[in-house]
Amino acid sequence: MATGTQVDVVMPQMGVSVSEGTITKWLKQPGESVALDEPLLEISTDKVDTEVPSPGAGVLHEILVPEGETVDVGTRLAVIGPEGSAPVAADEPVAAPEPAPEPAPHYAPPEPAPHYAPPEPQPEPAAPAPAPADPAPVAAAPSGNGKFVSPVVARIASEHGVDPGQVPGTGAGGRVTKRDILAFIEAGGHGTAAAAPAPSGEPAPTTAQAPTAAPPPPPPAPPSAPRTEPQAPPEPTAAAEGEMLEPMSAMRRGIAEHMRRSLDTSAHVTSAIEVDMSSVVSIREKLKKEYQEAYGVNPTYLAFIARATIDTLRDYPYVNGEIRGEQIVTRNFVNLGFAVELADGKGLIVPVLRNAESLNLLGIARGIADVASRAREKKLLPDDVQGGTFTITNPGGYGTFHGTPVISQPQAAILGTYALVKRPWVVKDELGNDVIAIRPIMNITLTYDHRLVDGALAGRFLRDLRARLESWDESAYQG
Amino acid sequence: MAELTYLQAISDGLRGEMRRDHRVFVIGEDVGVYGGAFKVTLGFQEEFGPWRVIDAPLAETAIVGGCTGAALMGMRPVAEMQFSDFVSCAWDQLVTVAAKQHYRAGTAVPIVVRLPSGGGFSGGPFHSQNPESSFAHVPGLKCVCPATPADAKGLLISAIEDPNPVLYFEHKHLYRRIKGDVPEERYTVPIGKARIHREGDDVSLITWGAMVYTASEAADQLEQDGVAVEIVDLRSVLPWDKSAVLESVRKTSKVLVLHEDTHTGGFGAEIAATIGEEAFEDLDAPVKRLSAPDTPVPFSPSLEKAFIPQVEDVARSLRELAEY
Repeated sequence: MATGTQVDVVMPQMGVSVSEGTITKWLKQPGESVALDEPLLEISTDKVDTEVPSPGAGVLHEILVPEGETVDVGTRLAVIGPEGSAPVAADEPVAAPEPAPEPAPHYAPPEPAPHYAPPEPQPEPAAPAPAPADPAPVAAAPSGNGKFVSPVVARIASEHGVDPGQVPGTGAGGRVTKRDILAFIEAGGHGTAAAAPAPSGEPAPTTAQAPTAAPPPPPPAPPSAPRTEPQAPPEPTAAAEGEMLEPMSAMRRGIAEHMRRSLDTSAHVTSAIEVDMSSVVSIREKLKKEYQEAYGVNPTYLAFIARATIDTLRDYPYVNGEIRGEQIVTRNFVNLGFAVELADGKGLIVPVLRNAESLNLLGIARGIADVASRAREKKLLPDDVQGGTFTITNPGGYGTFHGTPVISQPQAAILGTYALVKRPWVVKDELGNDVIAIRPIMNITLTYDHRLVDGALAGRFLRDLRARLESWDESAYQG
Repeated sequence: MAELTYLQAISDGLRGEMRRDHRVFVIGEDVGVYGGAFKVTLGFQEEFGPWRVIDAPLAETAIVGGCTGAALMGMRPVAEMQFSDFVSCAWDQLVTVAAKQHYRAGTAVPIVVRLPSGGGFSGGPFHSQNPESSFAHVPGLKCVCPATPADAKGLLISAIEDPNPVLYFEHKHLYRRIKGDVPEERYTVPIGKARIHREGDDVSLITWGAMVYTASEAADQLEQDGVAVEIVDLRSVLPWDKSAVLESVRKTSKVLVLHEDTHTGGFGAEIAATIGEEAFEDLDAPVKRLSAPDTPVPFSPSLEKAFIPQVEDVARSLRELAEY
């Protein structure tokens, strides 16, 4: 659709498995200038939240998809025109605001609309209208110009909002085959073919039933949703008195799905051990100044625990393993995930430190600081959150002393670290007598998948981890 | 790794189990002195003696009934039906007694019944049948149909190890015609797991037994037209590997189910129905079946050729699907 020097902004592909994204915020408004690569909007996908840089320089002419909408990867979001040009008037042909929404609503399965597009909080009151407005085309259209549409073609058409009648068919009698429709979508036929019929700006025939000409169609069903989730009951869309409704973010949906799936997959068992952190505390005090002055890095307790965990994992490959089908995967590397809470409680993300076994304490401390800050600034790339083999979660910052985290699938275990507290502790004095001392104690948990890791193995893992932390020898880790 | 014929692989697997486990014995018509009608047990009586390689009278009821009793007393009998066609005489012992024993009394019946089956050599109506679908309808039995020498050995050992009555359909037309690498050591092939004989994206072909080779030749022809056929060798029909079949269907969206047995109520019907039920939204063409017509197997070579699905028949069905 770009003409001249116009540039389309499209929903980027944020990782191979991500098929859609939600616009959380437009950082520029129509009429504002924007530089190449300047942050233009913020999006949220089920993997990461991130800023989208501008694909061109000029003036933001038009926003096609408002905040809060969820759209497929590749959907046009906005148009940027050359500097000095005026924002496109509503009736100017190039932008074609009305037809842009295209016939997608015809093929959006009718049920998802009430799902997560409740009428009230929607900024564009017109948005809910289109889906229920055209029930007839939904039933009629998949006949694809009177030719037979096979079940798989009908399904793909509905998932991608494509009219099979628009797809050139190569099957028997010109029928559209699965291969035809996939090639059509691959070639980008999804948006363009649909917009093409009405470039003049005249309302497309379908909008007649929705005279408000709502620009964005209701989000098409997320491809996975109808297949993996039980259909939500249709009624509870309305809020009762005193209740507030808000749409679930893509990240929240992703977390919800992953947590449920993890509990349905792994046999979660948690074991805990108390660790006397005296050695770590004293070494950390010594290193802190040096690390901060020389490298600007804080050697956190988490970094110490991560370093000791990685060494312990080497002796317990199943804890760093995975059940894949009927086989057990073990590895000679550790991709260590860290659960990071996003600012304002908006979610949780698990960035991964790759090949953590090759990093010393400094490298780990630096790596944790890097991924954690990029997570909070929404600068993570999809690869930063994939491929973890073991995860550490650290909810102890709030003083909790115990927890039972959920395993990040398909990993076999997750380590939880909790508050460091001074406690009366029975130790031996130099004569070998029991005495009570004040010691900094941390409770550390291992939550493991009992399908792969047995309790005794988990116990030995925790015992060895404790031994490493209690007898920390930093010289073993230098260089 | 030695190259063995399909028949040698069966013989090898059986001999190995008899050497390893004294509870294993064989019984059947002419299995002893004569070494079996097809020579699977040639030399067995010399090695293991007449008490472990027993020549039985022409009485399949007695053979299977005796095996069931021996299994209940702790033995691991391997019976041979001289031709799978004769198993109908043992139907009552297999279906009424052996298959239901565990359900009724909680006791295991670890018997194996070897069933030389299939046509292609003008054996006529009594010596050419593929009766697997009749038994695949009987809960309590297991039915395996190996196609390769390696699977023939591995599935036979699994069948002997299995605590249930297992019907082992060995295809006569493969006996000396098919050779393949067979590991010398003892190994098992799991019952109920399919094998992808050939990978492809365009059409799935689900089959088993000798039809795997017919399918393979047809797939070679289609390959020249640029159509990639995926052949799923089911290996077991009860239990059958539904997930492997559905996975292939989801990939290709077009399916041909092929078997040598007759059409109506053949096991292909079960597979086609399951695909329709569980993968409907993945289908891009009707699920097709290719099988023998609903008649007894003819004697006449030309009629038998018309009866058993041939490479050309399979290629034609695959082309129809590819062009659909």
